[in-house]
Amino acid sequence: MITYFFIFLAVLAIASALAMVISKNTVNSALFLVLNMVALAGIYLLLQAQFLAIIQILVYAGAIMVLFLFVIMLLNLDEEESLFNAFRVKYFVAFLLGVGVFSQILYSLGSFSDSLPTVSSKMAQVGTVEAVGDVLFTQYLLPFELTAILLTAAVVGAILVAQHKVRTETDHD
Amino acid sequence: MISIDWFLALSALLFCIGIIGVLIRKNAIVIFMCVELMLNAVNLSLLSFSSHYGNVDGQVLVFFSLAVAAAEAVVGLAIIIAIFRNNLSVDISKINLMRW
Repeated sequence: MITYFFIFLAVLAIASALAMVISKNTVNSALFLVLNMVALAGIYLLLQAQFLAIIQILVYAGAIMVLFLFVIMLLNLDEEESLFNAFRVKYFVAFLLGVGVFSQILYSLGSFSDSLPTVSSKMAQVGTVEAVGDVLFTQYLLPFELTAILLTAAVVGAILVAQHKVRTETDHD
Repeated sequence: MISIDWFLALSALLFCIGIIGVLIRKNAIVIFMCVELMLNAVNLSLLSFSSHYGNVDGQVLVFFSLAVAAAEAVVGLAIIIAIFRNNLSVDISKINLMRW
């Protein structure tokens, strides 16, 4: 049963990722990415990471993708008439590079997978909010606080980069 | 119980779809979304190792990676807006002011 669920979610994730890359409309791309993230959240549930599955939907599929959709609709983009880069040679080389990286990862995966130990059932309860929060607020407290500073800096920097020039009148004085 | 290999293979495949998307697309926003896809793929492999070894540290790392991804998305989209305001395009083949 879990296997069928995994196959369904994996096919959904791969298909939506491919559809995101090849879709012509940018809004459709963003919505396919949301679908991909929801499928990945389901896969996180299969891995017994309940906390991160919820966070994935809240932060990624909620906040970040809404930001993307806002920007897409703010810029009011037309559909691209030529979807990919002009040089077909470049396109071909990109495909070869992607396939090369994938086969390399699969090769290293195959040569290491025998050395992995099997997980015991009592150690599987690691993904609950309790377990993650326990480690996050004791052992990783300083990085957690630094994350707050990082997010503040990102918000201030984004406002500075994206704002209009507001001080044009005072420049003439 | 599904073997960890399948999760890692799915992660590798999603990462490579992200790479291909970054390399072949012209729209800066779609390239950005492909980078998010690659970040997600790495998160998946971190999580699968984490639950395979029964160690919670990988999940904490994924949490921090989510925070960094949010910050990166905000700053990157602000840069895209700033470029669009000067250039009226998000086509990366037309943004060639600093190209040698």
